[in-house]
Amino acid sequence: MPDDPLTQRVFSVIAATQRIPFDKITIDGKFAELGIDSMDGVNILFGLENEFDITIPDEAAKQIRDVRQMVEGVSRLVSEKEAADPASAVN
Amino acid sequence: MANHRVAITGIGVISAIGRDVSEFWASLAAGKCGIRPLKSVDTATLRFRNGAEVEDYDSSRYFEEKRADFMDRFAQFAVIAGREAVAQAGIEWTPDLRENAGIVTGSCVGGQSAEDAGFVELYKLGHNRVHPLTIPKVMANAGASHLSMEFGITGPSYTISTACSSATHALGQAYWMVRMGQVDLALAGGSEATFSVGILKAWEAMRVVSGDTCRPFSRNRSGMILGEGAAMMVLEPLDRAKARGATVYGEIVGFGMSADASHITQPSSAGASRAMRAALRDAGLKPESIGYINAHGTGTQANDGTETAAIRAVFGAHADKLAVSSTKSMHGHALGAAGAIEAAATAFALRNGLLPPTANYTQPDPECDLDVIPNVARPAEVEFALSNSFAFGGLNAVLALRR
Repeated sequence: MPDDPLTQRVFSVIAATQRIPFDKITIDGKFAELGIDSMDGVNILFGLENEFDITIPDEAAKQIRDVRQMVEGVSRLVSEKEAADPASAVN
Repeated sequence: MANHRVAITGIGVISAIGRDVSEFWASLAAGKCGIRPLKSVDTATLRFRNGAEVEDYDSSRYFEEKRADFMDRFAQFAVIAGREAVAQAGIEWTPDLRENAGIVTGSCVGGQSAEDAGFVELYKLGHNRVHPLTIPKVMANAGASHLSMEFGITGPSYTISTACSSATHALGQAYWMVRMGQVDLALAGGSEATFSVGILKAWEAMRVVSGDTCRPFSRNRSGMILGEGAAMMVLEPLDRAKARGATVYGEIVGFGMSADASHITQPSSAGASRAMRAALRDAGLKPESIGYINAHGTGTQANDGTETAAIRAVFGAHADKLAVSSTKSMHGHALGAAGAIEAAATAFALRNGLLPPTANYTQPDPECDLDVIPNVARPAEVEFALSNSFAFGGLNAVLALRR
C-alpha cells in the first residue's frame, strides 16, 4: 500500500477500471505487465479525470506507458489546478 | 446462376470537398483539404475544433420543408447522392425495373444527431416529451427507406452497419446481388452526419481525434478527423448497361470480407490482410494486377502502421510498386459513408488516370514505408485498384475496382 494518498487514489482507479486487485498494482508496474492496452488506458484516464476533476490533454495521455508516469502526471495536473484555484485544495 | 460483370453507371457524392461529383473530383485532383473549424456545432466544450463538414449545407436547396422535416441530415445526404447517381446513370424507370432494383446503404451512427437533440429536450431542458419523428429519423435504415421512396424502388433494400466499413460492405453486397442476377440494378453506398455535441464528446473520450488535421501515414500523424456526407453508386450488369448505351464509369470486380476476432478497437493486420486477399480471390486477380490502393488510412497511430503491414503481407515485393493513398486526408473520416466516398474516389482515379494524393503529409514514417502519393496527385494509367475499409470491431471489407 503506497503512503501517498494521491498515489492510493490513482491505484484505486486503475484497480476498479481494470477489475484487478489493488495489491497487484505497483508504482513500477508497466501497462503491458498489467494487461493494460490502449483502450484500457483511455478508460483509466476517464476514471482519473472524474476522480480528480482534472482534464488530461491528449498529447500528455499519449506519452503515458506505466503507473509511475500516470501518478506523476495526475500529481502535476492536480497541483496546477490547486495553484489556479486554491479553494479546490480542500480535498 | 448468372454471373454478370458489374458496371458502375452512376456516381453521386456530397462531402466536405464537394457537394457533387465534379466538385469532389476537382478537389481530389488538386489535393484540396476539406478539414476546417466546425460550424454546425458549438465546439466550445470540445478538445478538438476541426472536422470535414459539408460546407454551408442548406436542406431547402434539396428538399421541400415538409419532406426535410422527416429526415435526419444523414438520410438527406443519402438521397442527394442517390439523385445525382441515378441522374448520371440516365435511368428510365419502368414498373419492371423498379421491382427488380435494390438498395443497400451503409451508416454507422444513423440519425444519432436527432437522438442527441431528443436527449437534450429530456435531460437538459427538463421537458417531458421528445419529437414524435425521433424514431423514424434515428433509424439507420432511414437512408435506404427514403431512397426507395424517392425512386419507387421496390426490390430488396436494406442497411448495413459495420462502423467504418458500413458503406464498403453495402457496395459489396449490392455488387454480389447484381453479379448473381438477383437484381437488375442496385443503388448502393453510404451516408453519415456525425456532428452533434453528444457524438463528438464520445469521440473525444476515445482520444483518437486529431486536434489539428488528418495526416495519414505521416510520422507526426495525430489522429483522425471526423467527416460527413454520402456517396451512392448505380450498379448494373455490364451487358445491360452497354445495351442501353449507358456510360460506364468503371466496374466492381471483387469483394472480400473478414473479421479480426481480436479486439473491439485495436486493428489487426492479419484481419486486414485476409480481407484484401478475399477481394483479390473474389475478383480472380493476382496481387501484381493491382496498381493503386485507396487505403483505410485514418491517420491514427494504430491504423496506418497496421494497414502498411497488412499491405506488405498481401503484396510482398509488389508493395513497393503500388501507389497507396488515403483520401481521408481531404474528405475526413465519414464513418459509415467513408467506404462509398472512397470507392467513388477510386473509380474516378482509374477512369481519369490520376491518383489522388495523401494530403497533409509532412514526415516519412518507417512504419508506413509505402508510396503514399504525398500531397500531389499523380498521373498514372492503372487498370485495377482496391478500396480498403477496416472498422472498429474488426469487421473488414475490401472492394476491387476496374477501370
